[in-house]
Amino acid sequence: MTSHGPDGHLPQRSAVTDGDTTGQDLSLLPDRPAEPVSDPGIPPHEPRPTDVDPVLERRAERQVAMLFASAALLALAFCVAYFTIDESDIFLGYGALNLALGLTLGFALLFIGVGAIQWARKLMADHELVEYRHGAASTAADRAESIAAFQAGAEESGFGRRTLVRNSLLGSLAVLGLPAVVLLRDLGPLPGDAFARTVWKKGVRVVKDVSGEPIRPEELSVGGQINAAPASFFETEGPDGTVIPAEYEGHQLQIEKTKAPVILVRMAPDDITPGPGREDWGIDGILCYSKICTHVGCPISLWEQQTHQLLCPCHQSTFDLADSGRVLFGPAARPMPQLPLDVDEEGYLIAADGFNEPVGPSYWERG
Amino acid sequence: MSAPAPNTTGSTRAAPTPNLPKRRVIGTGALTWVDERLGLGGLAKKQLRKVFPDHWSFMLGEIALWSFVILLLTGVFLSLWFKPSMAEVEYLGSYAELRGLHMSEAYASTLDLSFDVRGGLLMRQMHHWSANLFLASMTIHMLRVFFTGAFRKPREMNWLIGLALLQLGIIEGFAGYSLPDDLLSGTGLRIAEGLMRSVPVVGSYVSFFIFGGEFPGDVIIPRLYTVHVLLIPGLLLGLITAHMLLLVYHKHTQWPGPGRTNNNVVGFPLMPVYMAKAGGYFFIVFGVTALMGALLQINPIWMYGPYNPSQVTAGSQPDWYMGWLEGGLRLMLPWETEIWGYTISWNVMLPGLALMGLLFTVLAAYPFIERWITGDDREHHLLDRPRNQPTRTAFGIAGVTAYGLLWIAGGNDIIAAQFGLSVHTLAVVLRFAVVIGPILAFVVARRWALSLQRHDRELLLHGYETGVIVRSPEGSYSEIHAPIDPNRAYSLTTHERREPLQLASPVDANGVAAPGQAKERVRARLFRFWYADDVPKPTPEEIEAAAHHASHDGGNGHHVGIETSGMVGGEDFASHSSSEGTSAVKR
Repeated sequence: MTSHGPDGHLPQRSAVTDGDTTGQDLSLLPDRPAEPVSDPGIPPHEPRPTDVDPVLERRAERQVAMLFASAALLALAFCVAYFTIDESDIFLGYGALNLALGLTLGFALLFIGVGAIQWARKLMADHELVEYRHGAASTAADRAESIAAFQAGAEESGFGRRTLVRNSLLGSLAVLGLPAVVLLRDLGPLPGDAFARTVWKKGVRVVKDVSGEPIRPEELSVGGQINAAPASFFETEGPDGTVIPAEYEGHQLQIEKTKAPVILVRMAPDDITPGPGREDWGIDGILCYSKICTHVGCPISLWEQQTHQLLCPCHQSTFDLADSGRVLFGPAARPMPQLPLDVDEEGYLIAADGFNEPVGPSYWERG
Repeated sequence: MSAPAPNTTGSTRAAPTPNLPKRRVIGTGALTWVDERLGLGGLAKKQLRKVFPDHWSFMLGEIALWSFVILLLTGVFLSLWFKPSMAEVEYLGSYAELRGLHMSEAYASTLDLSFDVRGGLLMRQMHHWSANLFLASMTIHMLRVFFTGAFRKPREMNWLIGLALLQLGIIEGFAGYSLPDDLLSGTGLRIAEGLMRSVPVVGSYVSFFIFGGEFPGDVIIPRLYTVHVLLIPGLLLGLITAHMLLLVYHKHTQWPGPGRTNNNVVGFPLMPVYMAKAGGYFFIVFGVTALMGALLQINPIWMYGPYNPSQVTAGSQPDWYMGWLEGGLRLMLPWETEIWGYTISWNVMLPGLALMGLLFTVLAAYPFIERWITGDDREHHLLDRPRNQPTRTAFGIAGVTAYGLLWIAGGNDIIAAQFGLSVHTLAVVLRFAVVIGPILAFVVARRWALSLQRHDRELLLHGYETGVIVRSPEGSYSEIHAPIDPNRAYSLTTHERREPLQLASPVDANGVAAPGQAKERVRARLFRFWYADDVPKPTPEEIEAAAHHASHDGGNGHHVGIETSGMVGGEDFASHSSSEGTSAVKR
């Protein structure tokens, strides 16, 4: 597309504007052909039907007035609807109140708008006017005067001359930026190793994420999947029937929920290729992985049991849970972290240890 | 201030009509009262009858302006009930499915607005729809300004203000979208937090400082609320004011046409025509938004449930203006680097943070790049037809294509599900498409624009095809061409005749090499890339010659022979143009 004529009519070096640095102004170039068609000027004004026919004019007037009057009626209808329609009423599958309020308000506004524009188009004078432009710059005299005023002010202030005063002012203003930044320090605590910690540790029971019930390995058939959470998210019943409150509540619970959710899947043991050192992390083909995507942290739960793939619904990163959570596709760079499993003396699934790497999205200090 | 003196000249302005029956001039008393106190007469006499040109595309920005007003009105209503708090409460409102559930006050009060405040749902839906409209109309308005060259001198600063408005609008929209603290918006915030973490060195600190600790914490909703109802609306209001004041100062651009030059503006006066039209248009935009709020459900947060970081809904989608960034996140390759124990997440950082920066940097730089290439320091008040700026148009189309493909990628799971495709295959195809598509679009748009230029030239030289075929006594067939309307012919020839860039001599008078040659050579190359293929508009001599030629050839008005003579339009035209020695006529 950069091709040009063989005659090289776009000279890179030309003596035409010799002495000038660049050929700046196109209008100064020599031999500009004249404009091929001369300006015919603004076409003559054509009167509209409403300009010449009083009947049409009165009709347009009536139309506009009718639109405005309908708007007033609809505004009244809005008020009637507000007080008469119950919020639980349904009309044609719509919430009746929302529908009535919206339609009356919408058409009232629309009629006012259409009426105003119809008024402008049919009844207001439609002579085109010409206004001349002036350059955006101020006049040379104004500019010279303002520059002179600026220079006089600058001179009188001594801003250029009294460098000690000037520099100490600039210095103090610069330092004044520090309080502004420092004030923001308490926006939040320092991250520390918070991203790397989860509530999982040796012996924490892996329980169902909604009911909090503990899970026996037998409950999970091959191909099955359970969304799970640590038992410390739920209140438990003590041996004497008392209720032991959950370890985490409120905001702390929400925070832990961004890291601790896990997914339990059961595959045929032959299908699993355990990673090095992970040979004993599963229980009879049951493996436990973090549920938080290593891309940007969506909780994953789309489990494809035939292929052992876990698909993130947000950005479609796909992980192979039979192969240490390896990334098969998508934007995630890291495999899903795996939680080693064990069974406690009552026969319920527990964590054999915490995660050995941070869960969730990467960050600078993650390593 | 009675009877403001017209500041307009022009033949069409009717003389004052002294024959009208004596009536009290409307508002004299009140206007005098105001003027005696505010002294606005000097300003008002200039502005009340200010002329604006008429064109449908000029109302795109108006939709954005009116949407903003609607956002303010509906937003104030919502703020009377919405509680920007993450304190945990038990929902006791009238939506039975969620009653008794624990949730944040923000979510509970949004439910109350939807079910227990009469008109609350309407206002919520209108607010959300007008936010979408606000961003859509700003985007399309920006494209209009880009493709017509309305960003050129003296409007570069208004272009930059417009870009700032668009960016603030995107952030404002995202902040508002996050406030109800429902499952969908919480997922959006979670993704945003993932993006923050990817900032090298300080990512974790950014996340902790914004969320007041570890995500989600208990302060993000009140913080976003301040940003959403105070900080950004204030900035938007100020920048919109500046945008409008500059519009008034520069006067609106206009399309070239008979009587419409670079030195005037032809149209209708602010008072009364544009007050009625623009004012009426506000009511129309408002009315349409209300009808959308009545009929089209948007963001039914009660169906999503309160935010729970361990849950997500399949098919989660952001609002449309975030879709292209979402697409970038989805298509990005899984690149991550580890050096000296530190992690750089290119896979998140590039699409999530750098992509938006890249788009707005390119947009902000474009007027200055084009001005540097052309070296054009004049003011431009006449709009370009996109075809007469093929390279600019092609860049614009390439950008729109890239944006569109990324936007499609942002919904690739929905598309895959709807059309029964593999989501992985679709992503791979889109990865290639995002690279190849814009290049193809660039080439096609450029050729298309040049062909349209050629078409304009043919129209001017040979008139339009009437569809009337005549057979000559010798048996040859030809189509009658008729000259086009002189007004149209003028409109087709108002664009600039682009002359080759004349560079300075590489050596000065003493034979010493002048500085800055390499830069000038780059400029010359870019100039050629931008403009060398342009089809020049005909000269008066060529129009004369074509008319002459036609009358000889057929004797039937404008009439170009075909078949027997072999003088098919294109070749005919090529032979005329070759005398100019331009490359533009090669076919």
